[in-house]
Amino acid sequence: MKIIVCIKQVPDTNEVKIDQDKGTLIREGVPSIINPEDKNGIEAAVKLKEDFGGEVIVLSMGPPQAKVALKEALAMGADEAILLSDRAFAGSDTWATAYTISQAIKEIGDYDMIFCGRQAIDGDTAQVGPQIAENLGLNQLTYVSKIELEDNKVKARRELEQGYSELETKLPVLVTVLESINKPRYASIKGIVDAHSDNKVKVWTTDDFEVDMDKLGLDASPTQVHETFVPKHEKKGEILEGSYEDIVDNLIKKLRNENVV
Amino acid sequence: MDFKLSEQQEMIQTVFKKFAEKEVDPIAAEIDESCEFPKENVRKMAEADMMGIPFPQEYGGAGADTLSYIIGVEELSYRCATHGVILSAHTSLGAHPIYKYGNEEQKEKYLKPLAKGDKLGAFGLTEPNAGTDAASQDTTAELDGDEYILNGNKVFITNAGQADVFNIMAMTDKSKGTRGISAFIVERDTPGFTVGKKEDKMGINASDTRELIFRDCRIPKENLLGKEGMGFKIAMETLDGGRIGIAAQALGIAQRALDETVKYVKEREQFGRPIGKFQGLQWYIAEMATKVESARHLVYKAALTKDSGEPFSTAAAMAKLKASETAMEVSTKAVQIFGGYGYMKEYPMERLMRDAKITEIYEGTSEVQKMVIAGSLLR
Repeated sequence: MKIIVCIKQVPDTNEVKIDQDKGTLIREGVPSIINPEDKNGIEAAVKLKEDFGGEVIVLSMGPPQAKVALKEALAMGADEAILLSDRAFAGSDTWATAYTISQAIKEIGDYDMIFCGRQAIDGDTAQVGPQIAENLGLNQLTYVSKIELEDNKVKARRELEQGYSELETKLPVLVTVLESINKPRYASIKGIVDAHSDNKVKVWTTDDFEVDMDKLGLDASPTQVHETFVPKHEKKGEILEGSYEDIVDNLIKKLRNENVV
Repeated sequence: MDFKLSEQQEMIQTVFKKFAEKEVDPIAAEIDESCEFPKENVRKMAEADMMGIPFPQEYGGAGADTLSYIIGVEELSYRCATHGVILSAHTSLGAHPIYKYGNEEQKEKYLKPLAKGDKLGAFGLTEPNAGTDAASQDTTAELDGDEYILNGNKVFITNAGQADVFNIMAMTDKSKGTRGISAFIVERDTPGFTVGKKEDKMGINASDTRELIFRDCRIPKENLLGKEGMGFKIAMETLDGGRIGIAAQALGIAQRALDETVKYVKEREQFGRPIGKFQGLQWYIAEMATKVESARHLVYKAALTKDSGEPFSTAAAMAKLKASETAMEVSTKAVQIFGGYGYMKEYPMERLMRDAKITEIYEGTSEVQKMVIAGSLLR
C-alpha cells in the first residue's frame, strides 16, 4: 500500500506575537513546527503501514527550510520525503498550492491513500485537502476522527457540528484528519539520526514534475489579500449597583434590550 | 568555535523538550510524593529510542553523539530530576561499560537490549565502607571452575529495584589493591543476588535506590567484563562519563529554577510593583543566570571532549563540580526569592532544591571532583 501524507511547516502560533501596527505576524524567533493535525496524518499513515505493510511518502511545499519538517516526519516513520520548492511556487494561495501538490501526487502515482491534516494553524482554511481530492477526482473523507481499513474499503467517522456520520468508501481516497484521531508518536532519536544521515529529502522544482507555469504562485492565485489587521475586542464590562432587587430588574431589562432573553 | 547545536541535535532537543513537557511534567510532583518509579514513561522513552542514544545502531542504539544524550538528560531533569538520573545511570553506568569493555557476545547479549530500552541497567561500586575510597572493596569474586562466586554488599544503587543488568565491581585478588578489582555483568534473577528495601531519600524520590546483596551468587565466567584486574579502571572511566550525565541533570534543575524565578518576579507584587523591579533581586537573577550559563558551557564542552576521543576526565569533573554547585546555589536562591511559596510543596521550588543536593554527592562528591581536577594539574 502506498500512502502519501501532505504536510505543512507552520510557525508555532502558540508562541507567535502580532505586530499591532502592521497587522502581521512577527515570525522572528518563532519556532517552525509540523502543522499539528498534519502530524496526526503522519501517525495515521505510519500506523496503517505497520498494520498492513507498504510505504509512506511525506510531501510538502515550501521554502528550503521546510526540509526540517520533512526530516521530522521521516523520524516518525515515513519512508520517503519530497519537498516541492521553487521560486515559482511562492505566494500560492490554497488553489495554487492544491494544484501544485496535485501535480506532484500525479507524478508519484499509484497511491492508495492520501492523508492531510484538517487545516493549518497559520491559515485555518481547511481547503487544500479537499481541493487536492477534487483535482485528482478522488473520493474524500474530511474531518475524520476514526478510520478503519478492511478489504480495500475505508470506514471512517466524520465529526459534524452536532454529532457524527459514519461513511464507507473504496480506495483510493483522500482523508483529512482531526487532532482527535490519534496521538502522534514522538520522532524517534534513531529516526532523527537516520533522517540526517544523508540527503534523505528530495527537492522537486518545476523541472521535476509536470506543471502548467500559468497555474503557479502568487499570479495564479485567485485569493488577494488586501489588508491584514488585528480585530479589536470592544466588549466592555459593566457593574450594576443598588439593592439586589434593582440589580436583578436592571439586568433582566438589559438582557431583554439585547435580545438575549 | 561554534556554539550552535547542529540541526540534528536541535531536533533531538525539541523532542526531549516536548516529551518532558507532555509526559514527564504532569507526573513529576506526584511521583516525588508517591516515590513510584515512572515505569510507563521509561517504556515510552524506549519506544522513542531514548535509552541508547550514544551507542551505534548495530548495537541497538540510536547512533547519536554524547551531546545529544546529555541534552536529553538535561531536558528530562528540567521537568523531573528522577527521570534524568534514570536515563543517566542506565546509559552511562549500565550500558556504556559493556559497550566500551565488553566482547561481542556480551554486547549482543546485554548491550543490545539495554540500548533498545528492553532492559534497564545499573552499576555497583559503592559499599558501606567504600565510598570516596572506592578502592577498598569488600565484595569478593572467587573463581570456581566455570563460575565466579560473588559475596558482598553494594549500597545506594540507582535503578536497583528496576534494573535487569548490573555491572558489579568486586575483588578478585585483594593483595593487588586496585589492580585486584574486576568488573562483572550480573543478571537480576541470578540466585544468590537480592536487593534490599527501597531507600527513603531527601530527593529524586521516585528513583529506585537500594542495596544489592550477593550471597554465594554464582555467575558464569564469561560475564567477566574486560580482564581480571581491570575493574577499577573500568569503574573510574565509567564514572568519568557518568559525571557528565549527572552534570546535565544538575544543569536541567538549575535552568528550571532560574526560569521559574524569572516568571515569578515579574508576577509577584510587593510594595506596589513586581518584585523584579527591585535591584536587589535583579542582581540575584543576573548571578543565577550567569552561573547556569557557565555550567552549561562546561557540561557541553565535556560531552564534546568525550566524543573527540581526547582525555575527558578533568573536563567531566569540572562540569560536574560547577553544574552541581550551580544547581544547589540557584535552587536555594530561588526558594529564597519565592519566600513562603518557595517552601511550600504546592510549587516546584522546594523539590528542585531537594533534588539538587544529590548532584553534589553521587558519582563522586564535589570534593572528589576537586581531587580529580587538582590531581590532573599537580601530576
